[in-house]
Amino acid sequence: MIHSLFLINASGDIFLEKHWKSVVSRSVCDYFFEAQERASEAENVPPVISTPHHYLLSVYRHKIFFVAVIQTEVPPLFVIEFLHRVVDTFQDYFGICSEVMIKDNVVVVYEVLEEMLDNGFPLATESNILKELIKPPTILRTVVNTITGSTNVGDQLPTGQLSVVPWRRTGVKYTNNEAYFDVIEEIDAIIDKSGSTITAEIQGVIDACVKLTGMPDLTLSFMNPRLLDDVSFHPCVRFKRWESERILSFIPPDGNFRLLSYHVSAQNLVAIPVYVKHNINFRDSSSLGRFEITVGPKQTMGKTIEGVMVTSQMPKGVLNMSLTPSQGTHIFDPVTKLLTWDVGKINPQKLPSLKGSMNLQAGTSKPDENPTINLQFKIQQLAISGLKVNRLDMYGEKYKPFKGIKYMTKAGKFQVRT
Amino acid sequence: MSPRCHPSLYWNTHSCPTPSGLSPEKTEPLTVPRGASPCHIPTSRLQGGWHLGPRSILVALLGCHCNSTRSPASAALSTLTWCRHDDLKEMLDSNKDSLKLEAMKRIVAMIARGKNASDLFPAVVKNVACKNIEVKKLVYVYLVRYAEEQQDLALLSISTFQRGLKDPNQLIRASALRVLSSIRVPIIVPIMMLAIKEAASDMSPYVRKTAAHAIPKLYSLDSDQKDQLIEVIEKLLADKTTLVAGSVVMAFEEVCPERIDLIHKNYRKLCNLLIDVEEWGQVVIINMLTRYARTQFLSPNQNESLLEESAEKAFYGSEEEDTKDAKAEAASLAKRKPYVMDPDHRLLLRNTKPLLQSRNAAVVMAVAQLYFHLAPKAEVGVIAKALVRLLRSHSEVQYVVLQNVATMSIKRRGMFEPYLKSFYIRSTDPTQIKILKLEVLTNLANETNISTILREFQTYIRSMDKDFVAATIQAIGRCATNIGKVRDTCLNGLVQLLSNRDELVVAESVVVIKKLLQMQPAQHSEIIKHMAKLTDNIQVPMARASILWLIGEYCEHVPKIAPDVLRKMAKSFTNEEDIVKLQVINLAAKLYLTNSKQSKLLTQYVLNLAKYDQNYDIRDRARFIRQLIVPTEKSGALNKYAKKLFLAQKPAPILESSFKDRDHFQLGSLSHLLNAKAVGYQELPDWPDEAPDPSVRNVEVRGTPRCTWDILRLGHLAGVLGELQKVPHIPSLSDSEESGSSSSSGTSSSSSEEEDEEEEEEGSGEQSEEKEGEEEEEKRKKRKEKGGLRKASPGSAGR
Repeated sequence: MIHSLFLINASGDIFLEKHWKSVVSRSVCDYFFEAQERASEAENVPPVISTPHHYLLSVYRHKIFFVAVIQTEVPPLFVIEFLHRVVDTFQDYFGICSEVMIKDNVVVVYEVLEEMLDNGFPLATESNILKELIKPPTILRTVVNTITGSTNVGDQLPTGQLSVVPWRRTGVKYTNNEAYFDVIEEIDAIIDKSGSTITAEIQGVIDACVKLTGMPDLTLSFMNPRLLDDVSFHPCVRFKRWESERILSFIPPDGNFRLLSYHVSAQNLVAIPVYVKHNINFRDSSSLGRFEITVGPKQTMGKTIEGVMVTSQMPKGVLNMSLTPSQGTHIFDPVTKLLTWDVGKINPQKLPSLKGSMNLQAGTSKPDENPTINLQFKIQQLAISGLKVNRLDMYGEKYKPFKGIKYMTKAGKFQVRT
Repeated sequence: MSPRCHPSLYWNTHSCPTPSGLSPEKTEPLTVPRGASPCHIPTSRLQGGWHLGPRSILVALLGCHCNSTRSPASAALSTLTWCRHDDLKEMLDSNKDSLKLEAMKRIVAMIARGKNASDLFPAVVKNVACKNIEVKKLVYVYLVRYAEEQQDLALLSISTFQRGLKDPNQLIRASALRVLSSIRVPIIVPIMMLAIKEAASDMSPYVRKTAAHAIPKLYSLDSDQKDQLIEVIEKLLADKTTLVAGSVVMAFEEVCPERIDLIHKNYRKLCNLLIDVEEWGQVVIINMLTRYARTQFLSPNQNESLLEESAEKAFYGSEEEDTKDAKAEAASLAKRKPYVMDPDHRLLLRNTKPLLQSRNAAVVMAVAQLYFHLAPKAEVGVIAKALVRLLRSHSEVQYVVLQNVATMSIKRRGMFEPYLKSFYIRSTDPTQIKILKLEVLTNLANETNISTILREFQTYIRSMDKDFVAATIQAIGRCATNIGKVRDTCLNGLVQLLSNRDELVVAESVVVIKKLLQMQPAQHSEIIKHMAKLTDNIQVPMARASILWLIGEYCEHVPKIAPDVLRKMAKSFTNEEDIVKLQVINLAAKLYLTNSKQSKLLTQYVLNLAKYDQNYDIRDRARFIRQLIVPTEKSGALNKYAKKLFLAQKPAPILESSFKDRDHFQLGSLSHLLNAKAVGYQELPDWPDEAPDPSVRNVEVRGTPRCTWDILRLGHLAGVLGELQKVPHIPSLSDSEESGSSSSSGTSSSSSEEEDEEEEEEGSGEQSEEKEGEEEEEKRKKRKEKGGLRKASPGSAGR
């Protein structure tokens, strides 16, 4: 299936290569570079490129291209999903996935890649099993290793691969047993010029951090499970139980994992928590344009909106902008024409606004298009869909764990057209 | 064929510039005592004679080293190459594990960067038996990378793996087999074959899984082994553990995808295991089962297939036609004998459906394509929601999913209509995603939603991304051709775009308008007139050319304007682009034929200008046209037909999706994505006319009541398994005897107990059958848990 993997950085250097079958010359990447040149931006490089003898499938994350080389028919999503899993694993191992990090930990990276695929077919992709096979580097362990000369490779054997719960490592022990669940909802919306909603939907996830001794068996139930329209589960969740009782029943993996992602049914009207008032004007005659935006809270259920960030891609004709924000900081990059305004918290008594003028290129007519405004924000302690966890129970172990649930609402792809 | 028959092997050893580091004096004490030491392949463990082959190679090889006197030249050469990594070599030769480890780490880093480290091979291979597990692992990494290039030296490591194959610990056995099968040295094919066969009947499922992985490796090394490998695959296909299932089906797909008969007996088992197989295995199994089902079952839509064509026509038609279709369908249903779905077909559909909830996009896509290709029309709808969910994922996933949705939305438009808004485009989407979404939106457009879609399109036209704007204009054109009601609105909108400042937008609009006008020119002479006026302003050559073509083609509708346009163009002829010049000549020719009184002189003038043009295409065209239209004494018979030639009825271009016929490729496949057959693509067969004998899938299970499967086929899998648990004396699905009793006690056993069981198994070498029984047991327990039937657990107290 997957023959080889090449990691390519932003400047076009192949800084890591791994082959699971016979070696494929790195010159195969020339086809990729060609495609990259053709696509002006990194994200426009087609994920599947056909070359005379190979097919190149790539994903672009953290400013690195992960290019897999395959020779025969294979479902493209299979490879793409796997590459994303590789990136996730690196992130899980090293905290961040960057070129420097990969170069620094090249041996661990290589060992991990070796375990993840056998002859190009995925072997161990569960982070729990991988971590048992190859321990992630930590500062403490690095120090200990240099002193004692011991290693990152687990001396135990990967018993997890043999167990009936292949996602959980065995022999887990904690002094403090705790289980945290974060219900995070994202609002994807497109708001049109007049402020009415064109499309809005809520996508949610439940991320868990479970540190429990032994083999706990958890059940999580909701007050209003009907809200969940479309769900996808971590493999640990018992599907039949969900079908019949709408209860999440599972033996959790150890550590961080995504238990569930869901979509809130379209029938429920989405409460849009913010509004944006905008007045962006290019005048035909003069080389000056007016720019004014105000952000305010709408339906927030009494919670404050924080972490507000406004970004907007200005038309090419805009040379510079002289703006004054009522709060926060703003940057306009004259090269990429990207305006970023870091607003911070919204105070309902004094709405944040950004006003000023734009300098347009003299001599050219006014741009056809008005820029779209992208919005980011966060609301703590609120799940905008109204989803509520009823209770969390643990079976199979004797101790009493500490349980915590946190709600948060964020902007996903939140766009205001002007 | 025994490896001993390779005398060339020994010669290679001499001739290749073996680094002097592996001098006979050094190698001998290092390797030979190991070979002779009691821990190395103890003779008691040598069952059968198959070990002798490779071992004798080793001995022979070492013997060669001892006896050979190296030529000074090659020694000198190798010293040179050796110097480069002298320090590494020294570290590898040291006694300290930490030094070895450091050296190996540096070597692996070199490999990772793509640097050549092959000259270190002899120094590294010596450490293959190192006690330190990390050094060992890194040596394996090195071996797998370079063994192919240094085949002879790689043989030195074989004995270590062979020893590993006999280790009491299953994980060591597995890893030994994994490396042994990965080093790609053709000479050890017989050893690999034996090792795979042995491992395929290993009592540990993990080792069996590794054996399944090794099969395609051996096959790619030596395809002559196919028959033997198929035997192994057949054996492993019968395996009842989820661990093995995915891997062996993968091997099946790579080695013998045409041997569909091997699946019969395992079909139901695979369907039932599917949900518990690891995600990657699920993808492979689902894809294989799709193909299988296409050969074994009847089309669930066979009654409709007759009407396919009429349905196609009604595709963009009105609701009325749909109802007519339904009636016709009902009529044909009555005529034909009623279709009853094979219970096995149903089983597959039912057991794959929950996997739409998988977090793995590849699994979701695999199930989606299975439903698209196998499910009755009425049931296909369920996949839409899951596919739309994937659109939230990374842009690469979106790209693949959208391509498939585009294909599906042509055949089954209704499926995605409720999710129309999910395909709305955001300005932050990458261009390739935008264009695909546009494709889907266009496919979904119908009379009811067209106004919303067009309103969306209006916003898109103002985008900064010009490629996207061009695609939007094309999309509008397609909507206009497909939905008659909005044709005029679209046309007016496009005409307005003609005054856009952006060249690309104007050019694209003109081209699309041209296509639209071709469909009904008579009604639109106004627009043609409007466009004629545009020639004064529009500078984009493609657009000018399109306008001129339009005027020439429909000069009868604009009899007054056409000669005037020609007059203007004749004036500016020399300054025009080539494509425009060609169209001016065309226009002149057409006018000459229809209205020679007014345009005779102009045409002569244009042709004269063209005669001396710099471009030979234009000169050629001018000469050709002059001969054809201007009657002279020399011109032949063609002259009479000039009018017919130039003013023939030209069919209107059909604007259709580029995804129209893509569904003859299996959806979700690479071939579908590329719209070209990829290497190794397995054609999705057509449904058979007559269903093959369904009894081939019946499995004779010793001691199992026949009814079991029938009940299963009725769809109460979980229920039946629950029953089996409650009644201990009914033998389980496996042929083990003791599973019944342990199942009754095992219902309440927690997972930790299961762990214990496992460790016990590992230690004591039980009979493999018993082991399998226990696994089956665990399997069932787990499935039962999934089924929410956990009686002992307090968690289900409220059931």
